[in-house]
Amino acid sequence: MIGVVDLIEVLVKIGFIVVLLVGVFAPVLTWVERKQSAVMQDRIGANRADVFGFRIIGLLHAAADAIKLIFKEDFIPRGADRTLHTLAPIMALIPAILAFSVIPFGGTYTFGDREVNLVIANLDVGVLFVFAITSLATYGVFIAGWSSNNNWALLGGLRASAQMFSYEVTMGLTIIGLVMFYQSLSMVEIVAKQDIFWHWGIIWHWPAFILFLACAVAENKRIPFDAPEAESELVAGYFTEYSGLKFVMFWTAEFIEIVTISALCVVLFFGGHHIPFIADAKLIDCFSSLGANIANLVAMVIGVTVFVSKLAIIIFLQMTIRWTMPRFRYDQIMKLGWKMILPLSLIWIFVVGLGMLTNLIPRI
Amino acid sequence: MSQYIPVLFMLAVAGAISVGMVLASELLGPKFKFREKMEPFECGEVQASSSKQRFSIRFYLVAMMFIIFDIEAVFLFPWAVTFQALGVFGFIEMMIFILILAAGLIYIWKKGVLDWE
Repeated sequence: MIGVVDLIEVLVKIGFIVVLLVGVFAPVLTWVERKQSAVMQDRIGANRADVFGFRIIGLLHAAADAIKLIFKEDFIPRGADRTLHTLAPIMALIPAILAFSVIPFGGTYTFGDREVNLVIANLDVGVLFVFAITSLATYGVFIAGWSSNNNWALLGGLRASAQMFSYEVTMGLTIIGLVMFYQSLSMVEIVAKQDIFWHWGIIWHWPAFILFLACAVAENKRIPFDAPEAESELVAGYFTEYSGLKFVMFWTAEFIEIVTISALCVVLFFGGHHIPFIADAKLIDCFSSLGANIANLVAMVIGVTVFVSKLAIIIFLQMTIRWTMPRFRYDQIMKLGWKMILPLSLIWIFVVGLGMLTNLIPRI
Repeated sequence: MSQYIPVLFMLAVAGAISVGMVLASELLGPKFKFREKMEPFECGEVQASSSKQRFSIRFYLVAMMFIIFDIEAVFLFPWAVTFQALGVFGFIEMMIFILILAAGLIYIWKKGVLDWE
């Protein structure tokens, strides 16, 4: 089993990730979403909330929103299933946080005779774990729509579940080529194999990256795939009847999923915490004059910073997509998933297999 | 199995956050109820029809196709991990498997299951 030191290490890592997700990314992303829309639409945007006259470019809006929503009434409509109505946001939020437990946010560093691996759980089936856990979020969304006794919510829940089912399949299939390339399902191992720049997923698998990003955005029901919560036709879709903190939970889940998608892209395609052309060992060597422990510590801080920076870039990409594209019709969404991305991902598996057997794609 | 213990911790933390938020919304928010307010939202109208009604068969069909193709994906993952060890033989085997499923996809495509009107 695990010792006391292991336990402390795990708790510190969980604390870091949870604070990063729920405390930093979720509130800041609500602000980014508004501020970026303002910038892209040539407005000044979220800048009203202030504390003693300090506005800090509107960042206080996140805090103001939180305080407002905490003290809102918890509304459950007549005829709704009270148990399921309460259970649904819990079932949406738990998988969103849990999926992050297998994502490596740094490399492996040695302190004395202790090896610290910057991932909460180094599972051999990490990639499958993420897909399995994120697919559980479908339950939360559908139960929310079903239990609300509201026609808009029901339609939103139905659309969401069918859409998430469709894109889950294709999201899994787009990754197969990458797994063939790295011969592993462990996230830590996949990142470790990308210490050489030419082995980054994006170099050989950029078509898979485009397909994967499309599927991931659709899985998260973001624009242009937001038919389940289309506000102009379905009010707010499956969370029409939610208010206060339960509403916040759905939004937090969505924003955490944006971060998870970005983290998956970074880990699978963009080399995780690696800086191009600088392997971990070389980075630690650079600071070896400070002593082995300090050198490892510096490398660790750099690694985490690089990882979070890459994360921020992919999040920015997703936000830009959100404010650039119009919404697809529902039949177009299903057509794109089943008639385009699914056949294309199967063809891509064939291409990768053929390429590796003929040594056009290197074996690592 | 010890590598799954941290996942359990993470599950506990995530569960605590979620349940804590639900409890907070229950405890901190005001309670002010009257009959008209508790109506399900339908753009200000009285609810015209119950939400417990029939819906299109296509949603079921999507769920069925999901099961078929997701199992295909699950078969592909272990094959992909050992792909380089299996070599040409494994590649041809799996391509035959994918072709059979692709035939299924073409069949449901021609049957119009994927068309939404």
